[in-house]
Amino acid sequence: MPARTLFDKVWAAHEVVAETPDTPAVLYVDLHLVHEVTTPQAFSTLRSLGLRVRRPDRTLATMDHSTPTHTEQVFGSVPIKVDAAARQVRQLEQNAAEFGIELFGMRDARRGIVHIISPELGCTQPGMTIVCGDSHTSTHGAFGALAFGIGTTEVGHVFATQALLQRKPKSFAVNIEGQLSPGVSAKDLILSIIGKIGVSGGTGHVLEYRGSTVRSLSMEERMTVCNMSIEAGARAGMIGPDEVTFEYLKDKPRAPRGKAWDVAVARWRTLATDAGARFDASVDIDAATIEPMITYGTNPGMVLPIGSAIPDKTGDAVFDKAMHYMGFHGGEGMLGKPVNVVFIGSCTNGRLEDLQAAAQILKGRKVAPGVHLLIVPGSQQIKQEAEAAGLADIFKAAGADWRESGCSMCLGMNGDTVAAGQYSISTSNRNFEGRQGKGARTLLVSPLTAAASAVTGRISDPRELL
Amino acid sequence: MQPIKRIASKTVVIASSDIDTDQIIPARFLTTTTKEGLGKQLFADWRYQSDGSQRAEFVLNRPEARGAEILVAGRNFGCGSSREHAPWALLDFGFRAVVSTAIADIFRGNSLKNGLLPIVVDEQTSQWLLDHPSAQVDIDLESMRLTLPTGTSVAFPIEPFARHCLLNGLDELGYLRAKLNDIERFEAAQVLSS
Repeated sequence: MPARTLFDKVWAAHEVVAETPDTPAVLYVDLHLVHEVTTPQAFSTLRSLGLRVRRPDRTLATMDHSTPTHTEQVFGSVPIKVDAAARQVRQLEQNAAEFGIELFGMRDARRGIVHIISPELGCTQPGMTIVCGDSHTSTHGAFGALAFGIGTTEVGHVFATQALLQRKPKSFAVNIEGQLSPGVSAKDLILSIIGKIGVSGGTGHVLEYRGSTVRSLSMEERMTVCNMSIEAGARAGMIGPDEVTFEYLKDKPRAPRGKAWDVAVARWRTLATDAGARFDASVDIDAATIEPMITYGTNPGMVLPIGSAIPDKTGDAVFDKAMHYMGFHGGEGMLGKPVNVVFIGSCTNGRLEDLQAAAQILKGRKVAPGVHLLIVPGSQQIKQEAEAAGLADIFKAAGADWRESGCSMCLGMNGDTVAAGQYSISTSNRNFEGRQGKGARTLLVSPLTAAASAVTGRISDPRELL
Repeated sequence: MQPIKRIASKTVVIASSDIDTDQIIPARFLTTTTKEGLGKQLFADWRYQSDGSQRAEFVLNRPEARGAEILVAGRNFGCGSSREHAPWALLDFGFRAVVSTAIADIFRGNSLKNGLLPIVVDEQTSQWLLDHPSAQVDIDLESMRLTLPTGTSVAFPIEPFARHCLLNGLDELGYLRAKLNDIERFEAAQVLSS
């Protein structure tokens, strides 16, 4: 057999029917993750066709996008403030009950952002195909799974058949060598990659992050990297499973146990890309040269090292429009610009290591006057762990707002928004116009940079506070 | 779904590149539980002032946009989130095709499943279309050609199976359900091998 990539192997193992020039492949889906926003219309379709969810045992639901993060709205008697969101939450409860799907609902201790809870439960495993009606499904690729976002029609297809019609994307090797410098994180790495290949550089491709730098990353850091693959336009991002992967998964509630664990690991060990396997495209990244990164425009590809000046592309329509929206000018430096809101959380940077990084800076310090620091754990489990480890106390002592888990201010559809014109330093994944609220100005950074900027009230290099 | 063979219409031009799905329909409108009526929220933040009144200068608010079924946009249209609300909103507004030099993967797939044609053309054709708003354009799905009012005609690619479904008004779910025997066989083999 010719040398194959990780992606080739996972794809081939899930081809129910191979593709032909006239027809796409029928691709089997091992795990279907479900949330409240992109599924109501798919359940309606099932109902109108008289169909059931074919494999409820391969389907897992939670609520995260439109759920509030205020404790009194999640656990107390205060109703969810946004009516439509409340309706969506109720509808998922009804749909899950009607179609026999396991749901981690509002008050469940296992609830959280869909891309955070599946790994922490051990549902996400190497070699799987995983889909969800959410583009950041690419996160699960960190385990060597083929995981990608789908639309609501496809959610209906998976409900009804546990399979999808797909054309095989091309492969793209992202080779990363060298050691990240102190104060430089996985977020800076992926922002730098997107800056290099562009927001459509990965279109039609599945990325595989490879090389010594990737091997040295923790699972949480690998998830941060794979999470933003979609911001480079890629269909998915993957990392070959290794000892770090197995160590993370061992003893997770839904990981295989006993003899089944040994069998699974033996199988997972065969997934890595074979020596000599060919990719359709590739790029080389030198990790040692990467610095803390920050976006300056209105897409994640408009990004630069935090100490640099905005490139002057005045006259370019896209650049001018972005600068007008952000209130910036070509040639300006980023350091020292004022900050209104700081958001630490999301499926990109809402895991425990992210909170630990923020705490490292915030410990014994105060949030600058006039700055709102919102820290939202990615799951209820992470919330509990952060509280047990004393991180929440550090955040509260610093003056931060510490909430229940959810997507929160990443996309501003749950009551957590940034006001028009305000500058938000955010650890989330998209700095699109209006993403965090109409007129909000988002700057994407790592948790370290976010925490440092919260303390100084200005865009700051975290290395000066470490 | 109604069969789609040909779209002949004037165009509307939004020249920006990298138009993301948060622009096409902002997240705060995603709390809906139906597909209908999203056209009024299409490009909401570009179309309306904060008091809800229309921005007269935005192209979708201008008289020439009325009745146009083809949207011409800059490179990498539809990037960002997987929300199918984006093609739903475009269709509800009245668009039946989007023309660009590059269209993001998930948006393209979602569009094909709803009868919104994602048409990718070369730089030269795109530039001509961007430079000539309200041009009368003909998109023939059968021959996979886009024809400009100048008479210039270019081929465009489209996934053959999606094209077959669109031309014949077929739903992909019907095809997929016809493969359930294969899916069951696959599952049985998967259990044996794990």
